[in-house]
Amino acid sequence: MGKLVVHQDKITDIKALMAICPFGAMTEKNGTVEISAACRLCKLCVKKGNGAMEFVEDKPKAQIDKSKWQGIAVYIDHVEGHIHPVSFELLGKARELADKIHQQVYALFMGHDISGAAKELRHYGADKIFVCDKKSLGEFNIEPYTKVFEYFIKQVKPAAILVGATPVGRQLAPRVAARFHTGLTADCTVLDIHENTDLVQIRPAFGGNIMAEILTPNTRPQMATVRYKIMDAPQRSKEAKGTIEQLVVPENELASRITVLGITKKPKEKSIEHADVLVVAGRGIKKKEDLELVYQLAEALGGDYACTRPLIEAGWMDPRRQIGLSGRTVRPKLIITCGVSGAIQFVAGMEHSEEIFAINADPKASIFKVANYAIVGDLYEIIPQLLAQIQQGRKIA
Amino acid sequence: MNILVCIKQVPGSNKVEVDPVTGVLKRNGADAKMNPYDLYALETGLRLKEQYGGTLNVLTMGPPPAKKILYEAFAMGADKGALITDRKFGGADVLATSYTLSQGIKRFGNFDLIICGLQTTDGDTAQVGPEVSEQLGIPCVCNVKQVEGVEDNAIVVNMEMSEDVERLKVSFPCLLTVQKDICEPRLPSYKKSKETATREIETYTLSDMEDNDEHHYGLNGSPTQVQRIFPPESHKSRETWEGTGEELAGRIYSVLKSKKFIA
Repeated sequence: MGKLVVHQDKITDIKALMAICPFGAMTEKNGTVEISAACRLCKLCVKKGNGAMEFVEDKPKAQIDKSKWQGIAVYIDHVEGHIHPVSFELLGKARELADKIHQQVYALFMGHDISGAAKELRHYGADKIFVCDKKSLGEFNIEPYTKVFEYFIKQVKPAAILVGATPVGRQLAPRVAARFHTGLTADCTVLDIHENTDLVQIRPAFGGNIMAEILTPNTRPQMATVRYKIMDAPQRSKEAKGTIEQLVVPENELASRITVLGITKKPKEKSIEHADVLVVAGRGIKKKEDLELVYQLAEALGGDYACTRPLIEAGWMDPRRQIGLSGRTVRPKLIITCGVSGAIQFVAGMEHSEEIFAINADPKASIFKVANYAIVGDLYEIIPQLLAQIQQGRKIA
Repeated sequence: MNILVCIKQVPGSNKVEVDPVTGVLKRNGADAKMNPYDLYALETGLRLKEQYGGTLNVLTMGPPPAKKILYEAFAMGADKGALITDRKFGGADVLATSYTLSQGIKRFGNFDLIICGLQTTDGDTAQVGPEVSEQLGIPCVCNVKQVEGVEDNAIVVNMEMSEDVERLKVSFPCLLTVQKDICEPRLPSYKKSKETATREIETYTLSDMEDNDEHHYGLNGSPTQVQRIFPPESHKSRETWEGTGEELAGRIYSVLKSKKFIA
């Protein structure tokens, strides 16, 4: 590692130098440049500063022996033995990474009454499935779960561990990473591996406008979380391959300062945050009955519907269907806004959607700034025609 | 009850762009603000203080201007504030950040309850809270959607999970991260803001920490290293279409069809 050194004599243009820093960490004091605590050591100033900034490396740290850490492990996320699909996706990814470095895939599965479900994992490419089946692991409790994880890591010494970014994974993975003083990269969208078993972790930074490639070069295990539906789901193989091994953790190690008092099932509500396709109604919808157009389009596309704040205020839709800063943030694969003007508070809640179609009669509507397809026209003409075409297309098919 | 709320200053907008030619981050000078999620943590803490008595303290880490959000917290009702700031803390990843925070927390006081927002809007990892709890050796519960109450030196909370809600009792000292819909944050009070405008805050640098080995902080203490940053590949089109309703419907239909949204 090291630190930044400012060569004041090599600075030709203080303002230009300061402008390089995206974090505003350079300040001018009596004609000299100083670096403040805002510095993130991104080293852009070293790259672009024409020699004025230098990064001085410390003495290199002792390198760990990476050959002592082998294999790619996946934490199996589940609710009462029902395995979360993200775990299968990660097993598929782990297999791909492990094959590249000729190592094994491990699954870590903890809970209660999960032996049956553990067998199913044998069809998804894990070489060894480590099971810890105990009554005290029946409900998620971060302390015993971290303890079991600790036993697993100490015994198996995997090079990398992949965890689904579920409500469990998002708290368990950091707890484990901190216990082993190792790196954890959240919400990776691309994973690859170098020959020396360094995991290449790519994730969006700064809200997704920039991608960052991250390595954990000198600690093991390397840890990464991945959201559901980012990696491809593997095919279930007919042949059951991996072996099941019991992970032994003494009961007295599973004590916790947290007591689970009870569990309530959440009513299965369809939430707009989980929809792949959303059709959104805005103020361009003139009366409540006309929402039917939006409902029909949503149905025709196999999606869900939502709306903007004014419609919630008018009482036209359930508040849980509101998109925006005061509502929900959505990131569907497809969003079609109908008569939405595009106030920033709304846009903030949907701008990361993959494909944005915006229908609005006003060519100056600000929604068009974020739309991939800015459709200037009357939704009352367009949607019925579109519905008719979809129906027509189905008949032909 | 001694409550600590950890807060962070984040950019007012996350629209940072990379110049595709030079690779330089384009700064937009947007105003920094308190991480929106932290407002819910603050409100949760304030309500507990009002109900059960005690003090509400706020801690942040960042460059000196980050002080501003401590004063915002004072205007909402926080009692005491501390800022962790040192150039040597720069370039910290989750582990180094949570370690620095845990050191700062030990310096600041003894707390029964530490509350954090679920995540920040700039880092977006939701990992710092649970890592801080591990570094302090205290239990944590994330995704808290409701606080039921405090009893026998413990707090009863509801944790949101993917399919269910877990009701948990956690012994003090402990750390919670709270969700956005847990409560409605109050607005800062003008009166309180006036009263607290000159309130002293504590500032901690590396030398104030129990562990002042600089290799454990900032870039040096970070196991993860950013190799490069690059703009996301954009396959996205930006088109404006005009025409009759029928023409437009036809064009929408063909794009949806080609992108497999219509079977």
